[in-house]
Amino acid sequence: MSPVRSHTARPSKPIRSLLDIESQPREAIAALLKLARRMNPVRPRPLLRGKTVALLFYEASTRTRVSFELAAKKLGATTTLVTGSASSIEKGESLIDTVCTLRAAGADAIVMRHPSSGAALLAARHLSIPLINAGDGMHEHPSQALLDAFTILLHRKKLEGLRISIIGDILHSRVARSNAYLLRKFGAHVTFCGPPELAPDVSTTIAPGLRLTHQVDEALRGADVVMMLRVQQERLEGLDLDVAQYTASYQLTPGRLALARRDALVMHPGPIIRGMEITSAVADGPQSLVLQQVSSGIPVRMAILAWALGAAR
Amino acid sequence: MKNRKAPNSLLIRGGRILDPSQRLEAERDLLLHNGRVAQITERGKIRGGADDTFDARGLIVAPGFIDLHVHLREPGQARKETIASGTAAAAAGGFTSVCAMPNTSPVNDSPEITAWMQQPERGALVNVFPVAAATLGSLGEQLTDFKALQRAGAVGVTDDGKPILHDKVMLEALRAASALHLPVIQHAEDTRQTAGRPMHSGATSFRLGLRGSTGASEAEIVDRDVSLAAQARAHLHVAHISSAATLKAIRRARQQRVRVTCEVTPHHFSLTDEAVGQYDTNCKMNPPLRSAADREAILAALADGSIDAIATDHAPHAVYEKSVEFDRAPFGVTGLETALALAITRLHLERHIPLSRIVHLLSCNPARLFALEGRGTLVAGARADVTIFDPKKKWRFDAAQSLSKSRNTPFDGWLLTGKVVATIVAGEFRFGA
Repeated sequence: MSPVRSHTARPSKPIRSLLDIESQPREAIAALLKLARRMNPVRPRPLLRGKTVALLFYEASTRTRVSFELAAKKLGATTTLVTGSASSIEKGESLIDTVCTLRAAGADAIVMRHPSSGAALLAARHLSIPLINAGDGMHEHPSQALLDAFTILLHRKKLEGLRISIIGDILHSRVARSNAYLLRKFGAHVTFCGPPELAPDVSTTIAPGLRLTHQVDEALRGADVVMMLRVQQERLEGLDLDVAQYTASYQLTPGRLALARRDALVMHPGPIIRGMEITSAVADGPQSLVLQQVSSGIPVRMAILAWALGAAR
Repeated sequence: MKNRKAPNSLLIRGGRILDPSQRLEAERDLLLHNGRVAQITERGKIRGGADDTFDARGLIVAPGFIDLHVHLREPGQARKETIASGTAAAAAGGFTSVCAMPNTSPVNDSPEITAWMQQPERGALVNVFPVAAATLGSLGEQLTDFKALQRAGAVGVTDDGKPILHDKVMLEALRAASALHLPVIQHAEDTRQTAGRPMHSGATSFRLGLRGSTGASEAEIVDRDVSLAAQARAHLHVAHISSAATLKAIRRARQQRVRVTCEVTPHHFSLTDEAVGQYDTNCKMNPPLRSAADREAILAALADGSIDAIATDHAPHAVYEKSVEFDRAPFGVTGLETALALAITRLHLERHIPLSRIVHLLSCNPARLFALEGRGTLVAGARADVTIFDPKKKWRFDAAQSLSKSRNTPFDGWLLTGKVVATIVAGEFRFGA
């Protein structure tokens, strides 16, 4: 008596979509990370020559859009950008009709950013081409988790055993969810931290072994990696958050960072709101990997696209 | 008359008559005549026969089921359902009467629309009792003309889907309804707390990245309505309750001797928020599926009598309307054809709630709550509305075969026990036989 059904029959050949991290086996993630290490953004091989990648962005993005676009172009693909404000989406075209239109126009893969959680899964169910989730609402942001893991592994041998704290607006963060899934699959010790309104008790239920604290000092003490999250003002509707109080309690300052291991890595998926969740001194400091995360986005997204389109190797 | 062969008579032979209204549960013959129940006798005691006979051996014969809460979508939304298709689904589900909510297009806030819905041209297969809007356009501001609506056939008033939030308007509605002995039906939801929240708040909503609402948004409105109903000495009927907190509020009200009744849907006693799974919009309805603890409280309340009725909140939507992002999909699921089977499977077989209580919840009580004279009972002289079902029949529900125009059910493909065999309205078969 399963109430979950797929809406369309699955085609015989599996489509390589990347919709989330939750359902990805550890081996598949490891394979993607390995592939990313083989990608050379400076002298790339034209693995996707003749392919068309549609970038469908219903929501604003700088890093993710640019990085997917550059990744596709470096591999020789043609890209086309569709945004919510300059397309038939504004006229009320449905998501399913939009992605099917892009497919009919010749897209070989679609990279999609959407404000609704679950939009990637919905679109993929109606598509016969790969769909790459570039962030769906508050749900998941799988390529971000992959590039974060990739970045950590530039500095550490393995993820297993690392103490990683994810601090800030957990509730509204697709980055927190995707990272928690990925890091737990590889045996890192993951702690969520934030005020109760933004880091509710229920947040630890998504993966086994997740920890939660509302005390930033506790999250920082002995941490190997500190991932800071932006407070998503645009998603706060209905929540009464005292921003000054939040900053006082959770901002990553040089003083607080001293609680973490001396060589702790500081990460942030961006965009950074300087002076809120993180001080400029920390964001621009020697332990910060913020810009390296952006750079990692290119080879990681090259790998995702090459894998999805069956062009790897 | 009783032993003479008469026109328009139907003899239902050998069934197990289950009529809680007269505490009857025994193998009996039932004779219907001229749209009324003529008599119930020991087996084989009716001589002379009838125009037609129905062999009900091995089956249960119950007073016709009454659904207090359906959306038939007419006028105005025939892409989802019509009165004809909705009542065909009702007949297939054993319902001989349905109470049609007013959130049609336009809203049923006038005697004209109320009367239109009951015209023979609509092609209804079962009795349709309109529930009219409590305020004009269901905007929550100005009361409709309850007296005229009642005269046109309305059996209650509500702004279903749009709860009346203003205390003063709600109190006025309760007072006006009380004078006419009409129930005020409230969709209890503090929309100030629930706006933009497509499901229940819990582990599933967190995993899916969906905003969640809590049972408190329902219970707080019930608490307020209870105090207003006490002032107005009115009958408050709380639609589709979903949370343990709401049941507490209702029990408190009854201790204060306020007349508060309530209904629960089959989906709320059958499922929890986990069923949303991977954004299944066929598990999106309002109120949302709630926690396992809420469901347990509902099951306990069904067993101990704290809940008065099972109502489906049958809410059809076209496939394309549900095939959208979860947070953009309309609320609502269909329910007429699966209600009895879910009650038997989930309540009787799994929780040992007696079939007599289930018939009580589906027929006797609903008739009493909305004062539907001569229904919900098989006493002599009652309306010849009868539901005949096989409580042991196993079957698989296939949404594609539904008589509703819509397919938005969470129960597609479910293996269920208990099936309607025949539905008789005013002495005539409207389903089966």
